[in-house]
Amino acid sequence: MATKASRSAARVMMAPAVILLLGWMLVPLIMTLWFSFRNYQPLRGGDLGFAGFDNYIRFVTSSAFWPAVVATLVIVVGALAITVMLGVLLAILLDQPMWGQGVVRILVIAPFFVMPTVSGLLWKNMFLDSVNGLFAHLWKFFGATPVEWLIENPFLSIIVIVSWQWLPFATLILLTAIQSLDSEQLEAAEMDGAPVLKRFWHIVIPHLSRAITVVILIETIFLLSIFAEIFVTTAGAFGTKTLTYLIFQRVLESQNVGLGSAGGVYAIILANIVAIFLMRIVGKNLDA
Amino acid sequence: MARAVTQRRKTFNTALAWAVGLVIFFPILWTILTSFKTEGDAIAYPPKFLFFDWTLENYSIVQDRSDYMRYLWNSVIIAGGSTLLGIIVAVPAAWSMAFVPSKRTKDILMWMLSTKMLPAVGVLYPIYLMFIKLGLLDTRTGLVIVLMLINLPIIVWMLYTYFKEIPGEILEAARMDGATLREEILYILTPMAIPGIASTVLLNVILAWNEAFWTLNLTAAKAGPLTAFIASYSSPEGLFYAKLSAASTMAIAPILILGWFSQKQLVRGLTFGAVK
Repeated sequence: MATKASRSAARVMMAPAVILLLGWMLVPLIMTLWFSFRNYQPLRGGDLGFAGFDNYIRFVTSSAFWPAVVATLVIVVGALAITVMLGVLLAILLDQPMWGQGVVRILVIAPFFVMPTVSGLLWKNMFLDSVNGLFAHLWKFFGATPVEWLIENPFLSIIVIVSWQWLPFATLILLTAIQSLDSEQLEAAEMDGAPVLKRFWHIVIPHLSRAITVVILIETIFLLSIFAEIFVTTAGAFGTKTLTYLIFQRVLESQNVGLGSAGGVYAIILANIVAIFLMRIVGKNLDA
Repeated sequence: MARAVTQRRKTFNTALAWAVGLVIFFPILWTILTSFKTEGDAIAYPPKFLFFDWTLENYSIVQDRSDYMRYLWNSVIIAGGSTLLGIIVAVPAAWSMAFVPSKRTKDILMWMLSTKMLPAVGVLYPIYLMFIKLGLLDTRTGLVIVLMLINLPIIVWMLYTYFKEIPGEILEAARMDGATLREEILYILTPMAIPGIASTVLLNVILAWNEAFWTLNLTAAKAGPLTAFIASYSSPEGLFYAKLSAASTMAIAPILILGWFSQKQLVRGLTFGAVK
């Protein structure tokens, strides 16, 4: 029903947002691409000329690259496994009739609103510290030697911190999805004598499959770029240097911009592979 | 019989859910409790749970030593300013996409969302360089702009889904009655859109408040918000548990309270409508 006038008005109203985002996307992206082909080291002589694919090759052949890939994968996969599995169980639990459901929901969701620097530091000091942390107290109580968590089990520590932050998100999304499950279907299955586990596998999980996919994709995009949690806990030491952290160090700490930019391009490609799958699901929902 | 069974089941569910909820919430609870302890009590073994000398001194010390109010003010300006600016840019865009859709609307929307997936570290240096050249490094203005841009896709998206729920017939009826575009927006659309806009503001204030990549990398002492303030406690020299807890409690309290009101918006805003 839109008239020509309202169409052009619409275009004008859309323009600021589109232009801003286009600029925000293209300008830094082109600069990163440009730098990635230059031998650019601001503290050591500046722009030393065209480098071809040298930066790309050096980034993947440097000794820090594969450990960073492994660190990234371990943290992302570990946190995903924990948050999705516990998230499904928690969503089912919170969907049951109980007293004080609203309050329990608030308790469960709260960690998501804690800023990353706070959660990193409070876990590092109050729980994981080998002298004064609560875990150290607990270990002492049972007569065991307290563990230097961030040094001896750095991945486990960071996975626990990140999972604590993202479990609320997974739970909330899965709870929303589970509430749309037809309870009659479950009751019918119960009447037919289907045991709990069977009902779970054949009715609940298939119903949740799309929500689980969405949780995995969105969390992956965010987890690939976690930064503050590592910045305040290990600062990349003890093997916890993820790709994001490695690029950050190359670019800002050692100011090797060419090399870091090539790493940045890899990170962008990686994130886009995940994003394509997510956007496909979003696109399908827009049509519906 | 059946009633007794369900009643027992409900009791069991309640106990289990409360136990799990308290375990998940415990780190926050422990931080809040520790913030009221003396430094001695904070690291006491065995740990003191409730029976210790409650004190407020940590809060005043944190304020005196580190000028907490300045960081808080920076957080308020950066989170509030970026959200406000984002809303001003996004409302017209979302309005036109929702009420004057064209063939390309869906593509534009999808493209906007896809910009949200650009990893920040990939464009860290260009932004850093631009900030230096434009004199925006360690300024609130610079962060307001960057956080507005990174959250703009989510703001547009959320507003779009809310505006979509406003029936288009009302607008047509108003047009028939001779309302101008300005009147249409001012008297019909705005009142109906306020709740959606409020929800969008809420979620984006939370996201901007907690943002910890750009705020850590683009600020120093002057414009640093609370995320940077807390990060300064990561050096072991300055570490005192009770004071760290007081600082942390003050940094997260406002957003915890806001967050509890925004559970529903969280699902809508962060899943881009992929889960309903």
